[in-house]
Amino acid sequence: MSLRFVIVAGPPSSGKTSAMLHTIAHLKKSGMPVAACKIDCLETADDRRYRQLGIPVAIGLSEYLCPDHFYAVNLEEVWSWARQQNAEVLILETAGLCHRCAPAVEGCLTICVIDNLVGLETPKKIGPMLSTADIIAITKGDMVSQAEKEVFRDAVETVNPGARVIHVNGLSGQGSLALKRAILATRPLEKITGQALRYSMPAATCSYCAGETIVGGSFQMGNIKKIDFGESESCCKK
Amino acid sequence: MLQKITVMGGVDKNGHPEPIRRLDIHPGEVLAVVGPTGAGKTQLIADIEQYREGEAPTGRQVLIDGHPYAHDPLNPGPRHLVAEVSQKMNFIIDTTVEAFLARHARVRAIASPETVINTVLTVANQLAGEPLSPTDNLTRLSGGQARALMVGDVALISNAPVVLVDEIENAGIDRLSAMAILSAHGKMVLVVTHDPTLMLMAGRRVIMKNGGMHQLHRTTPAEIAIMETLAAREKDISRLRDTLRSGQQITDNVPNKETQETWQAFYCTARSTSAGRSAR
Ligand SMILES: Nc1nc2c(ncn2[C@@H]2O[C@H](COP(=O)(O)OP(=O)(O)OP(=O)(O)O)[C@@H](O)[C@H]2O)c(=O)[nH]1
Ligand SMILES: [Zn+2]
Ligand SMILES: [Zn+2]
Repeated sequence: MSLRFVIVAGPPSSGKTSAMLHTIAHLKKSGMPVAACKIDCLETADDRRYRQLGIPVAIGLSEYLCPDHFYAVNLEEVWSWARQQNAEVLILETAGLCHRCAPAVEGCLTICVIDNLVGLETPKKIGPMLSTADIIAITKGDMVSQAEKEVFRDAVETVNPGARVIHVNGLSGQGSLALKRAILATRPLEKITGQALRYSMPAATCSYCAGETIVGGSFQMGNIKKIDFGESESCCKK
Repeated sequence: MLQKITVMGGVDKNGHPEPIRRLDIHPGEVLAVVGPTGAGKTQLIADIEQYREGEAPTGRQVLIDGHPYAHDPLNPGPRHLVAEVSQKMNFIIDTTVEAFLARHARVRAIASPETVINTVLTVANQLAGEPLSPTDNLTRLSGGQARALMVGDVALISNAPVVLVDEIENAGIDRLSAMAILSAHGKMVLVVTHDPTLMLMAGRRVIMKNGGMHQLHRTTPAEIAIMETLAAREKDISRLRDTLRSGQQITDNVPNKETQETWQAFYCTARSTSAGRSAR
């Protein structure tokens, strides 16, 4: 049983859901059965927005767990759920990923959604989530000038020269047709089990993982990494 | 270089074939897109921007130099087909005018950026009411200054062959000069407008109705004459504005007989033009 597994990631409020709602509407018009799943930290209202399209929707909340790891350990389950819904396209929207993480998986189409308003330095800071994506959807072009759009696109392409950039307006849906085409052009995956994450997850095994809340060296164990402040300035020594 | 964009007609909101079956647009041309709100002006522009391939809802097809654009992931087509000068009146990037233009010129791989940046500034200053300097911060420009800079930048730095100008009438800049500058640089200029001067300044106008391209008119010599009258009037008004703003008083009681005659002539022409059309 095959499935086009589409991963949609991006900073909070970048327009992920807005862009995908238009894209899913186009997919449905082409007769493609779609399911959507949203993985978030504490709560989300995105399920209601996806449900308005009349498609199967699932929600995963990581709550007390690191959302990145929660995401990785549930990929197989999300796959099986989508297959049970007879979907041929699955849209998996994830938020809450730390900027050290990237959700991209080999064989899955990964779309990173980023908006024009975040500033020219942000593409660099987002790092692997942007640099491992297949498609970068840039939203909110209606809020900036043509010149800013072009300069921002360049900043994005510097971080990920191989990706295809698509300008999408989350309000009007402009550009979502290109997203639909890209999804349909993706080769369906036979199974997700055994596929590799394109970027390893950060380790997180310390006392705070186990629920510790008190600050201080004596409360810490496991994987502990301390800041290196470098040589202290000689003037302060006297 | 791009020679031609063709829009092949699709269907209107009722699913009837739109009357205009083919619309070719060439570099250096100004095409006005007119019609009431909701008539489909924005959709037409969106179709061009997205290179529609006969898909719903309009079913239009867009050809670039006569060929449908192949959606090949390895060949994603022109990077920017359409540059927009929209209702946007301000910049969000916090840097100087100079630094920003230099960065944009670098992104566009422009060979002699200093010359181009100077020209952009000259153009912007020509269009804006208040002068702007290279060291001004982008985010602090007035609406008029920002628009003027956007026009200069799109004409000279952006390499998109098609420029979309959306409702520039409220921009606080010399919009007729703005259009002239854009088309002089070999752009295909599409103007969405409700302003008669701008409509007549375009060589042709497409009239949108009920979601479809309904009529396509070439601007007649009579209309061009009217446009020139209107443009001269606007020049007078802006000269008057400058005079009053600079603190001067006007004491002569200027007889406006001449002006009245012009306006009579204008109404006569307008009447005969519309009569001529309904007779056809
Ligand atoms: N002006 C403008 N607003 C947009 C655009 N795309 C999205 N928005 C708005 O941005 C806000 C956030 O959009 P969402 O689609 O909820 O963003 P998201 O990335 O799914 O958000 P989370 O899942 O909560 O992280 C909403 O108010 C949208 O209406 C766009 O292209 N232009
Ligand atoms: Zn969302
Ligand atoms: Zn931990």
